[in-house]
Amino acid sequence: MSWKIWSLKKSVWVFHVNTGACNNCDIEIVNLLTPRYDVERLGIKLVGSPRHADALLVTGVVTAQAAPRLREVYRQTSKPCVVFAMGACACHTGIFNGGYHVVGPVDKIIREVDPNAIIAYVPGCPPKPEAMISGVVKALSVL
Amino acid sequence: MNQEELNNRLSEIRDKLINIEQTMDSRIFLLCEAENSFAVSRFLFKDLSLRFVIATGIDSEDCFEILYHFSNDETGCVVTVKAFIRDRENPSIESITPFIPAAEWIEREIHDILGIEIKNHPNMRRLILADDWPEGVYPLRKDFKR
Amino acid sequence: MKKGVNKPILAVGPFHPLQEEMEYFQLTVDGEIVTDIDVRISYNHRGIEGLSETLQFDQVPFLVSRVCGICSASHPLAYVQAVEEIGGINPPERALYVRSIINELERIHSHLLWVGLAGHFIGYDTVFMWAWKYREPVLDLLEEITGNRNNYGNVKVGGCREDVSDDAIPRIHKDLNEIEKKTEMLTKAVLDDPIIHARLKGVGVLTKESSVEYAVAGPTARGSGIAIDVRHDDPYAAYADLDWQVITQTEGDVFAKAVVRLLEVLESVKMIRQAVKKLPKGPIAVEVKEIPPGEGCGRAEAPRGETFHYVRSDGGNRPIRHKVRAPSYVNVPSFRASCIGQHIADVTITLAAVDPCYSCTERLAVVDGRKNIVHDYEGLLKLSREKTAQIKKEIGAPELKLEDF
Repeated sequence: MSWKIWSLKKSVWVFHVNTGACNNCDIEIVNLLTPRYDVERLGIKLVGSPRHADALLVTGVVTAQAAPRLREVYRQTSKPCVVFAMGACACHTGIFNGGYHVVGPVDKIIREVDPNAIIAYVPGCPPKPEAMISGVVKALSVL
Repeated sequence: MNQEELNNRLSEIRDKLINIEQTMDSRIFLLCEAENSFAVSRFLFKDLSLRFVIATGIDSEDCFEILYHFSNDETGCVVTVKAFIRDRENPSIESITPFIPAAEWIEREIHDILGIEIKNHPNMRRLILADDWPEGVYPLRKDFKR
Repeated sequence: MKKGVNKPILAVGPFHPLQEEMEYFQLTVDGEIVTDIDVRISYNHRGIEGLSETLQFDQVPFLVSRVCGICSASHPLAYVQAVEEIGGINPPERALYVRSIINELERIHSHLLWVGLAGHFIGYDTVFMWAWKYREPVLDLLEEITGNRNNYGNVKVGGCREDVSDDAIPRIHKDLNEIEKKTEMLTKAVLDDPIIHARLKGVGVLTKESSVEYAVAGPTARGSGIAIDVRHDDPYAAYADLDWQVITQTEGDVFAKAVVRLLEVLESVKMIRQAVKKLPKGPIAVEVKEIPPGEGCGRAEAPRGETFHYVRSDGGNRPIRHKVRAPSYVNVPSFRASCIGQHIADVTITLAAVDPCYSCTERLAVVDGRKNIVHDYEGLLKLSREKTAQIKKEIGAPELKLEDF
């Protein structure tokens, strides 16, 4: 295993991206930092720029307006990186499937930039914080 | 103002209305032609001091309708101005944003999704559709193909 | 591109910081004072009203529950009330009480969320951690009653889908007692803290006149002395049967809005206790066969303010038009009135006071005339916290102490 992947697994810096979500998933992500879940003790840290991130936590259906921005953020994220599609909307557009302004889901847009992107899916509406942590841990363990 | 006073005062603009419909005590609909919607809305906002809630644009097959919803908070009555735009080829209506800044966004949205021209809007620009959404495609029109 | 621009544009970019375009919140500044603002809201547009027309009446509540995650009880409630108006449907009394209980629980966790975020923006991270910690029991309670921490799926046309079981009631009382105690303690701490006073009083003032022009709702309006509250003005669910008060303040600044929200949490606790005590026996839904042609307006007081839904039916099994108006739609534009004249260090907290979606507040940045980012969201957050630190130094008051943290 390359040392890059090894160091990524030890401590994951994540960047949060909302591509058109109701905010439930986003709030549950922020919840991860609060005392009950406290993911910082697991080495998971929320950072302010994609350039410092090892993983993208992407929520939302990817609206027509957000798609170019999502592609741009993925390009800017340092590689290797894992894209976590958090929530039903990110996994498969959820209940907004077929909406005229919905161009996602997340994997479709990311693969337009990088067909070999590593994408992990955490379903739920919203996924419980435990599910999110479990998803992150599971994904990293198979890398 | 209380309900009785409201009903009395609404009669002051009766001449601008096609009809007044009351589906229940606290829901009144003022039907009018699009040409009169400006005057009616201004009366409700300025003279009766009703609170502007939102506007609903509807594609009604033979015409367009714009419903301006106002609230009389003292009694919980919703007074809706139902304006009929008969010209389907070039639908347009006068903007109420000049005297109700709160209407700015919704008038821009109605233009985005139904293609109705909002005359004299102080800031008519795209609001909710993406930058690259094609011009002339109005998603809430009945003939819009998904 | 203008040369020598001395009015740089403050832009709010969602995915910072190297974007060339300006997105979301665009603020024009003169030096470090905001002079104008524009907002671009296309990001979150998911075409919900259009989707509604493709769903049956009974499916729509699940869709509109997801308009906004933290008003996820208010939107379906306003919608089903509009449909019930069309059909002349009267849900059973027990359903009305259950609806009130769920909605007040939502108000509590939403306001605590807000208190936490506001604390975070001004550098009081203990308040952030504390408020979100005490939010968790409310979410657990909602999960026990409805099956989900958020997006309850609890209402339907004609009543509720799930009942509050008798087993849940002792737990409701126990959790409410705890929340009440902690919120009282926090409220007192906030009201007494001289640093918070200096940091939030007079900041982001929304005048009464502007409140009317922008037709704002909820705590944004009540913080400026406008006593509107749908639960009182156009009572729905069980609110007319409960003994409670509309909470207002007059100053219109961020401090006033914070006080309104904290006191509303305490008021909600009282209301839930009454509702649980008076919970009538009986069914929680009536059977609904058809929705006749007609139109209805349903509204509910979401944590952020009045949620308004207009529904039109032609007698079929789908709405032919469904208008959704979230309270943030009128509150966010008012940010213009409350932000102009403010220092950029106060921009994050002024925006937060309007209580838009959390993601909206992430989308703040300052750019210069050539669209290079001068301050991104992180930078603005830092400025806000530095201002608090400065005030703390000047006043020399002790650190805000919160028990049990």
